[in-house]
This record gives sequence, structure tokens and C-alpha cells, in this order.
Amino acid sequence: MSTTAPVTTPTPTPGSASTASPRRRRPGGGSPGLRLGAVLVALVCLLPLAVVALKAFEAGPSEVAALLLRPRVGELMRNTLALVALTGTLATVLGVGAAWLVERTSLPLAGLWRVLFVAPLAIPAFVNSFAWSTVLPGLEGLGGAVLVTTLSYFPFVFLPVAAMLRSADPGLEEAARALGLGPWRTAAKVGLAQVRPALLGGVLLVALHLLSEFGALEMLRFPTFTTAILDQFDVAFDSRSGSVLALVLVGLAVALLTVELLARGRTRYVRVGSGAARRPARARLGRATPLALLAVTALAVLAVGVPAWVTGTWLTRPEEALEPTVLWPALWSTVRLALVAALVTTLATLPAAWLLARRRTWFGVLVERVSYLASSVPGVVVALALITLSITWARSLYQTSAVLVLAYVVLFIPRAMVSTRAAVAAVPPELSDAARSLGDGPLRTFVRVQLPLMLRGTLAGSALVAIAVSTELTATLLLAPTGTQTLSTAFWEASASLDYAAAAPYAAALVLLSAPLTWLLLRSGPEEHTP
Amino acid sequence: MTALRLTGITASHPRTPVLHGIDLTVASGTTTAVLGPSGCGKTTLLRVVAGFMRPDAGEVRIGDELVAGPGTWVPPEKRGFGYVAQEGNLFPHLDVAANLSYGLPRRERRARERVAELLELVGLPAETASRRPDQLSGGQQQRVALARALARRPRVVLLDEPFSALDPELRATTREAVADALAHEGATVVLVTHDQAEALSFADEVAVMHEGRLSQVGAPSLVYSSPADRRSALSLGEACFLPGVLEAGVVHCALGDLPADRRSGAGPVEVMIRPEQLRLADARTGAVAPTGEVRHVAYFGHDALVEVHLDTADVLVRARTSHTPPPPVGSRVEVTVDGRPHLLAVGSAPGIG
Repeated sequence: MSTTAPVTTPTPTPGSASTASPRRRRPGGGSPGLRLGAVLVALVCLLPLAVVALKAFEAGPSEVAALLLRPRVGELMRNTLALVALTGTLATVLGVGAAWLVERTSLPLAGLWRVLFVAPLAIPAFVNSFAWSTVLPGLEGLGGAVLVTTLSYFPFVFLPVAAMLRSADPGLEEAARALGLGPWRTAAKVGLAQVRPALLGGVLLVALHLLSEFGALEMLRFPTFTTAILDQFDVAFDSRSGSVLALVLVGLAVALLTVELLARGRTRYVRVGSGAARRPARARLGRATPLALLAVTALAVLAVGVPAWVTGTWLTRPEEALEPTVLWPALWSTVRLALVAALVTTLATLPAAWLLARRRTWFGVLVERVSYLASSVPGVVVALALITLSITWARSLYQTSAVLVLAYVVLFIPRAMVSTRAAVAAVPPELSDAARSLGDGPLRTFVRVQLPLMLRGTLAGSALVAIAVSTELTATLLLAPTGTQTLSTAFWEASASLDYAAAAPYAAALVLLSAPLTWLLLRSGPEEHTP
Repeated sequence: MTALRLTGITASHPRTPVLHGIDLTVASGTTTAVLGPSGCGKTTLLRVVAGFMRPDAGEVRIGDELVAGPGTWVPPEKRGFGYVAQEGNLFPHLDVAANLSYGLPRRERRARERVAELLELVGLPAETASRRPDQLSGGQQQRVALARALARRPRVVLLDEPFSALDPELRATTREAVADALAHEGATVVLVTHDQAEALSFADEVAVMHEGRLSQVGAPSLVYSSPADRRSALSLGEACFLPGVLEAGVVHCALGDLPADRRSGAGPVEVMIRPEQLRLADARTGAVAPTGEVRHVAYFGHDALVEVHLDTADVLVRARTSHTPPPPVGSRVEVTVDGRPHLLAVGSAPGIG
């Protein structure tokens, strides 16, 4: 799992069912080829989980218990849970508060704040922690970890909640007022209910990212399961003890997914009925405006200003400035990996997306959920599992880009899946009827109608994957072929040896590469990138 | 000459049978409307003709060519029909000209004459050619969809509720434009609809469909005035049904002794009366016709539907009257029948449909 872009978790798409009413059934909707492809992709995604389970099984219950009941595991568990609880709470407060101010009040410059509060997603957390440790050299431990991760991850809450607040139907709130509820109880009963799924999804993303965060926490010397697994791997290739830690990590991820799923329930919160929704009314801030402005400015300075200023400062020191040419090799291998991984990932989503968009069967849903679950597994677990697999079964693939690309596919498939599915669903199946009636066979119909209509949608997903890949650190550190440096591993190496001037250009390049992410995320609707 | 012939068509969705032995013949250059409530299988029938769906049994012939039957399957693109669906289904990534020429051979796609010709045919200005589908109104989209369907001069044009997504005003004008264009091309048309007025006014023949079966096929006026059964009667318009006894060409019922629409036969029958067949007058003492009390009035401006409880039997009948003002609720009226009522075989209890 990368540290910068959001992961998508299981989400039922409201629109997809309507394209598959029984009388419009497509005879070729579930062709064996598509199904086989979808199953293969799901199985590949499940490989890391299978390896972890197998290792634990090999070790046997007594050894697993012995490895689990060490005081070290208890400490890691306390750290991880404290981090998730504190950062989760703070991110909720900041995300919801900022979203409300931006979307529902008379706060000036709403458009600017909206961009600024999504922008931290374009700054990898490990770059952010590097910036903060430069500003506050003594920053480490739980306090530092909470500070940096909150500032890096609160946009995961802000983005979906703001989108929800923006699109929520004011009619519901008006109805509540008409039924005799005051403004505060209306906000509590209706507003909160409308925001709840977005908030839960956002907090889940924060928590999953915290579980898999390596770079920022390692830099701040705050050990969690992920950093411990990597440390262990560095010390010795002792995969048994590492696997048990990985097992705990996977267990935590699954627990989080389950809690979120249960908390979300099955209720519908979107408006029922037809007619265009109106824009919600905005609360007048009046004399509180300066205070609100101060708050959002402070948040923007802390989350975006500090990393931008630090990177800028290092970059502009003439005596230590590096030639930009040193960036080329890392930039080239990053771009190459990102493009290949984006292409492969998007192709891998096609079978399941096609099955799901056409008809929502248990089979399609299962395949999709499996890939989502597999992608919630932290990158370190995926990487270690792929190392084990390639060493055991495909020695020649060990330490090749192929394995690395495979890891990216497993980690980032949901990002592309959401877009591909939306793209496929956006092509009405009736259009192919029209094309057939005009004399085109299935293949020509695909080329002349479906492909052109899908292309734009899938490009957005591919871009998300490419950005995620170019800022991925954990799996890349473990799997990159010897001698291959990406921007993030080069940055990591330089900052680990405290060579900040050398690290800065890579940080700047990483931020520039992920900047379009802000635009992609702002452009898409709430249903596209949040659970 | 026959343009389309269906014999014994049976079709089903997984686990649900939809069509049960449909037989239908459409003569060249005529328009047939398949009329039925939603879910009766009429769209499935159209999809079987188009080849979007395979029948379980039966044969489809377009012209003289067998396109679906035992051991024969011609894919949709080789069947040579035109197709217009409810939403038009214009290709959103292509402009109107490209939509219209989509099905033409590559050489003709370049030539703009056919596009201009087609636009003129459906009554759209020539500059529409460069517009994109999302810049057109719903009615314009449907006209372009029809023009596109006619571009390859198909043997049969299939229309799947092409007007139902339009609002009422647009529906009427679009329907006229489409009917004119189709008539100009001399096209053979199968229209599927749930709108009785549309079916009756648009088609030369109406096929009434219920639960996957055609209950009656015939000229609009014939199926309207002499429906085969109660359900067909109701799917074509309002009607009420009274029990009666037929005897020597006269039927005895709650509305008196009326001349029947057939001479032969005797015994219990069901008398079907359309609201416009009833005439209302103030009830005077010594009235010969049956009398009753007005129970409910729905006033529409051009006419009104008046529900009358007959004294002769505990029965409600509905009359359409253009009298202004209509008789008030509670008033007493005399009810007479215009013309010969249609008789049905005895099916079920009397009442208002």
C-alpha cells in the first residue's frame, strides 16, 4: 500500500444495477473467457495472503503462540493501536471540520481551501516526516508520528466528507426542520447520518494507511508492525518470525475492514426519488469569519506549507544544490515502472469490471471483493510474500521488475478497478444493440463504440495507479532489482544518511509527479474514490 | 407480400419463460403495433426479431430469409433491420453526421448527401449534422435515431417504445414526424408500446399481447370495438362488462334489451360497453330506458367520465359525456346505449374495469 493515494474498499455502485435489468440481459455478459480472467486476477491477488497463512501453518500453533506472546509484539500492538486511535480521531476532527467550513459555511475562498486540503495527498508521508524532522529536529515517538501522519492523512477524511456535504440533498434537512427539529438536532440527526458512510470510509483509509506506513514512522523512530517486519527482514531473512508479525498485520487490516462494513450497515443515505438536487444552503459565519480563516490557514500551513517550504529551502541553497541531471536515472526507472504497472493493472481490472458493470452477480462481486481484500494487505506483507514465492518457485524472476510490477498490481488494483468499472458501466449496453443493428459484428462494435467510450474513464484509473506507483516506498525498497533506484528509494537512501540536500530534489520530483493526483481526486465524484 | 413472419416463437430468460408460441405476420409496407403492459414480453419479442436474443423454439423470417429457426441463426448485424430504442441510443462520442453514416459502407460515409437526405426526411435542419447528441433535445435525438435506422434502407424497422421517454407535447410532434418519415420510405414497421392511443393511432394493425401470448391481431378499430376477451378489451381502453343472456340477436342485460353484434348463438354472455357508447339524460318519470344515480364524476374539460349506479341491478357503469356541465353527483339519470354492444364469452363477474 502506498503512502500517498487513497485505496478504495468494497463499494456497491448505485448506478450499475440499472444497466442490467433482466429484460436487457446480455447473452455474452458472462462468457467463460471473462470469468476465467477474473478468477486468475483474483487468485494472483490472493497469493500474498496465501503465503502468510501457509508460513504460519508450517510453523505450527505452539511456535506461532510463542512468537506472538513476546513482549515485543505487545509493544508493537500498543504502538500500532495508539497510532490508529489518535491519528484516526484527529483526522476525523480536522477532516470533518475543514469539510464543513469549506462546503457549508460562508468561508471565503472555498475553492482554494478545497485544493489545499486535498494537496497533502500529493506529498508522500515520508517526505512530510522528512520536512518536519528538519523543522523540529527532536521530533520522534508517538507524538511526532501522530503529528505527521495526521497532517498527511486527514485529506482521506476531508475529501469524501466534503464531497458528501457538497452533494447532500438539502431537502432532507429542510424536511427535518419542518418536522420540528432545531438546527443542531437537524445537524446531528440528518447531517451526521448523511456524512456517516463517507466518514467511515475515510477513517478506514487512514487506518489502513497507518498500518502499512513504513517510511514516515521509521524516520520518526516509532516502531509499528510494518517497521518491525522490515527491520527484521534487514537483520536476517528470518521469515518465520516476520511472517507471524505479518499475520497480525493482516489480521488487523481484516478487522478494520469488518468493523467498517458492520458500522456502515445496509441503509441508503443517498436521496431517493427523482428531480435534480439543489445546492445546500451555507451557514453565515459572520463575526466568526476571521477565526475560521485563521484555523484553515493554520491547517494549510502545517500540512502543505511546511513540507513545501522545507523542500524549497534545500533546493535553493546554491552551495549544496545538485545538478538536476542526477535525477534522470531514478526518474526514468520510476516513470517506466509506473507506466508498465498502470497498464498491467488496468488490463487486470477489465474482466471483473466488465462482469460487474453488466450484471451484478455473486461471482463478480466475490472476485471484486477478493481483490479489494488482498489490496488492503500492507505493502510490506505483499513484498515479502512475493520474495518468498519467487525464491521458492521462480528463482529466475527473483529481483526482477516483473515481480515488482506484480506487487504494484496487487496493491493498487482497486484504484484502477473503480475507474474501469465506472468506464464500462458508462457505456450503455443498448449502444451495442444499436451498432449491431447497423451492421457491425461484436468485435467491430467493441472497437468503434465501447473502446472509445471507455478510454477516458480507464485513463483516470491508470493515472491514479501510475501516481501511486511512483511514490511507493515499502514494496519498492524490498523488491526493486539491484541497482534500480526509483525516486522514492533514492530519496529514502539520501534522507536515511541525513543528506538532506541530496534528498530534496527527489522530494520535489515526487511531489511534482503526484500533483496531478489532487486534480484527479477533486474532479471525481464522491462515489469514485471513497468507499 | 410478407415482410416479417414469426411462427411459434417461444423464448425465456434464465428460469422464466417469457414468450409462449407467438405467431405474427407483418405485410410489406405496413405498421404493426404490439401493445401490452410492461413485462408482457413485447420487448423480448422485438429482441428475438432483432437477434439480440435467441428464441427457444420457433422461426423468424425477414422477407423470405429464415433468420432464426432450428439450426439457423443469423446474427443481428446480418439481418438488415433498423432499430430505434426508447432512449434513441445515439453514439455519444460521434456527431450527428457520424451517427447517421455509422452503418454505411466506408465509401459512402464520406459523402454528405445521404446525411442531408436523412435529416430532411425526419424534418431536421441540415446544420444538425455537426451537432453532438447531447446538444439535441429528446425529440431531436429520437428523430436522428430513426434517420440512422433508415440509413441502410432496412427491410423492417423495429421501434421499441421510441416515444415513451418524451414529454407529452414532444411525443405528439415527434410521433408525427416519425410516422411521416416512415410512410415516405414505405417502411415495414413493428412498434412496441404500452400506450393504447399510440398503438391505435400509429399502426395499421394492432397485436394485443398478454403474459407472453398474442390474444388478438387486427385493425385498430376492429380490436377496439370487438376485442377477443376482457383483458384485450381493457388494454385498448376503458370498458365495463355486464352479464347478459343472448336470444335471437337480442341481449338482455341490466341496460335493457339491446341489439347484439351477432345473430347466432344463445345463452349467457358478457356484454362489453365502452363509456362513449352510453348516453345520459335527465331521468323523468315514465322513462323507458334504465335509470340510475350518479355516484362519481371526473371532469376533463373536453368531456367527463360519469359513474352511474343502475337501479335495475347492483351495478356501476361508466359513461363518457360531453355535456357541460356534467350531471352532478347524486342526480338521477337515464342511461341509453348507442349502437350494438360487443358480446364476449362468459368469463368472470361483472363490474367496471
